[in-house]
Amino acid sequence: MATFKEFRNNVKPNWCPGCGDFSVQAAMQRAAANVGLEPEDLAVISGIGCSGRISGYINSYGFHGIHGRALPIAQGVKMANRDLTVIASGGDGDGFAIGMGHTVHAIRRNINITYIVMDNQIYGLTKGQTSPRSAAGFKTKSTPAGSIEQAISPMELALTAGATFVAQSFSTDLKDLTALIEAGIKHEGFSLINVFSPCVTYNKVNTYDWFKENLTKLGDIEGYDPSNREAAMQTLMQHNGLVTGLIYQNTERKSYQELVSGYSETPLSQADLKLDQAHFDKLVAEFM
Amino acid sequence: MINQLSWKVGGQQGEGIESTGEIFSIALNRLGYYLYGYRHFSSRIKGGHTNNKIRVSTTEVRSISDDLDILVAFDQETIDVNYKELHENGVIIADAKFDPKKPEDTQAAMYAVPFTEMATELGTSLMKNMVAIGATSAVLDLDIQVFEEVVQEIFGRKGQQVVDKNMEAIKAGYEYTKEQLGGAETMQLEKADGQKRMFMIGNDAIALGAVAAGCRFMAAYPITPASEIMEYLIKKLPALGGTVIQTEDEIAAVTMTIGANYGGVRAITASAGPGLSLKMEAIGLSGITETPLVIVDTQRGGPSTGLPTKQEQSDLMAMIYGTHGEIPKIVFAPSTVQEAFYDAAEAFNLAEEYQCPVIMLTDLQLSLGKQTVEPLEFDKVEIRRGKLATEALPEIDNKGYFKRYEVTEDGVSPRVIPGMKNGIHHVTGVEHDETGKPSESAANRIAQMDKRMRKISNLKFNTPIHKNAPHEEADLLIVGFNSTRGAIEEAMGRLAKDGLKVNHAHVRLVHPFPADEMMQLVQSAKKVAVIENNATGQLANIMKMNVGSHEKIHKILKYDGNPFLPQEVHTKCKELF
Repeated sequence: MATFKEFRNNVKPNWCPGCGDFSVQAAMQRAAANVGLEPEDLAVISGIGCSGRISGYINSYGFHGIHGRALPIAQGVKMANRDLTVIASGGDGDGFAIGMGHTVHAIRRNINITYIVMDNQIYGLTKGQTSPRSAAGFKTKSTPAGSIEQAISPMELALTAGATFVAQSFSTDLKDLTALIEAGIKHEGFSLINVFSPCVTYNKVNTYDWFKENLTKLGDIEGYDPSNREAAMQTLMQHNGLVTGLIYQNTERKSYQELVSGYSETPLSQADLKLDQAHFDKLVAEFM
Repeated sequence: MINQLSWKVGGQQGEGIESTGEIFSIALNRLGYYLYGYRHFSSRIKGGHTNNKIRVSTTEVRSISDDLDILVAFDQETIDVNYKELHENGVIIADAKFDPKKPEDTQAAMYAVPFTEMATELGTSLMKNMVAIGATSAVLDLDIQVFEEVVQEIFGRKGQQVVDKNMEAIKAGYEYTKEQLGGAETMQLEKADGQKRMFMIGNDAIALGAVAAGCRFMAAYPITPASEIMEYLIKKLPALGGTVIQTEDEIAAVTMTIGANYGGVRAITASAGPGLSLKMEAIGLSGITETPLVIVDTQRGGPSTGLPTKQEQSDLMAMIYGTHGEIPKIVFAPSTVQEAFYDAAEAFNLAEEYQCPVIMLTDLQLSLGKQTVEPLEFDKVEIRRGKLATEALPEIDNKGYFKRYEVTEDGVSPRVIPGMKNGIHHVTGVEHDETGKPSESAANRIAQMDKRMRKISNLKFNTPIHKNAPHEEADLLIVGFNSTRGAIEEAMGRLAKDGLKVNHAHVRLVHPFPADEMMQLVQSAKKVAVIENNATGQLANIMKMNVGSHEKIHKILKYDGNPFLPQEVHTKCKELF
């Protein structure tokens, strides 16, 4: 069985020293090993941005796509091969700005993949512009007078879109994050994990210390029940979204693959492409 | 006796015009006639003039006809809009309900038949289209029993009574009109050969071709005139284990299709101009990552929303050059429904063999025009997957990556799909080295760019140009692509009668352009007429780029939203002499 070391490749990430994404990478590698995957069983599909490079830093199949489109690519991969474990990942700009449409629809479609967002509340690779996760008043190169737009609340949004697995974590909580990714992979449906992953270069507000001060662990809230959607929403609103842990999980709703009529039990990628003549003749006769 | 008939039924959208045409044409198709139907419709569900023009012939037809024999009108607008197409012996059959007025400047005869009233008497005004079919049968002296089978199929599940009522409506229309006609001469069609043939639209053929080629997944967003492809596949793929996902947008459709192809299933997406504009970035991703991708572009009137339900061929340049940067891409254009079937199947082979985007270009007339099709030969559908690894792969040392982008002589590298042991490699839209890892080295850039572009320099495509070139030295070479083929073929016959030596080249492979083959044809003609449904002459310009001879090449353009008529091609070509 593969250990997490086997999910390491020999590529040196081009992230800044201290970037939160390093820990997310480590957590993904550990989670993959912990759930018993071999490197070839995993496909990591990523978007564009600093965090989008992650698919190139894991020893597994990896597809670094185009900005905002990690999710549709990942869903296509999973539909082609239901036996693969598919993780989509990218930044908050990728998932909540340019790719927001896909995020909402991937949530409601509920295909069995895991989506890990590295949320640093800033555009890093383009050197410091506002993100849809930047708080009102946040000053950046593109908002010199401070952002006047409302920040998106991805966890609340996911709940209203019909998510079946919603979790949030902090990149330094390696153990918790690893456990959440494992749970996300095992979840039968679409799992969304938003990870606060500080940008040490361009975000001087939402720093490691800032998160340590402001985050509340759901495990510390007595009686918190992740199967209660209404309570999950209330808790998120009470804490301004700054909670970590498993926020909500619905184990009853079936995944897309289980619901779609006629969908092959074996991966479509292994299907025999040849149609038999009788089947073809039947299709032809329908046009006569 | 006539061997060809042109029949048109018109009225307000949502009034059953489509089903009238459908029942009429299916029944005649089953008698062995060749049909060609073209619908005039608007981008709305209820209201607005719509018509369905159907040509019936004892020989194969691939174009709408110049004129009209019978016009069935459910409202005055239908008469006013269409009567000029009627020739002097033509007939208007109109619903008496709207008190039809025959325009003064037509020689055609008109019969007012109480379609609505008779249908209402039989139970429901909905059957007025059946009365109209009966009236048509009287004019054609056609035995109404030919409709029984079709009526049974369509209404059978509603019970025998409904079937009987509908047949009664046909009979009532027939008898009433027969009496009206008195001794007037009928238009009797020559007997057809009785062969059963398929009757389908181009989009049906594309979808069937995809199924035959092993396509098991589609991601698409609804759009006119492409939606029939997804609608067919969602009905048929589940029986084969596959499915269709209607995505949230066009970008999701194409990127999901790329993901599915990367994942190892044969997958397709289809759209029209607006959708293709949105897919452009992803087409570049398929190009640089060398991921097979099959896209159908059913051209319609552009730009923007343009003329969404009308004929146009103005996406040509966008499909050849679209996406930023430079990628290998294959663009081809079937010109008949049969070709659309074989081409759709072949698209998957080309996409896998050359590991690049393949765009299958059609146009509204080809995609939606319903026609009789000679039998499709399933044996001709091959499945070729190029350099896709099927055997176990040799072990790779210490986390070395598989050389997915190995620089090879033909430019095509070995391909593996996720899940294969020892096949791990990276895929990225960033310029990359042989294992897929990002690289900005100048030498690598040149090596990878050359490798990719080299792939299609030796492209093997069956029939890059459909040729009908009987003359070694021709007065005129007519060039077209997609659905103009039928009109051009008919015009050629007429030009020959005028004493001109005419060759015809219908471009099937648009990109990479078959320059050498076209050069020979151009050189052996005094003049070249390029027929296309756009305002700038895109194909003519591509011809000039590839074969020169600018002084010889004449553009014959039509961009009013309607297909070329044979007579238009004939007249415009004649004007060149």
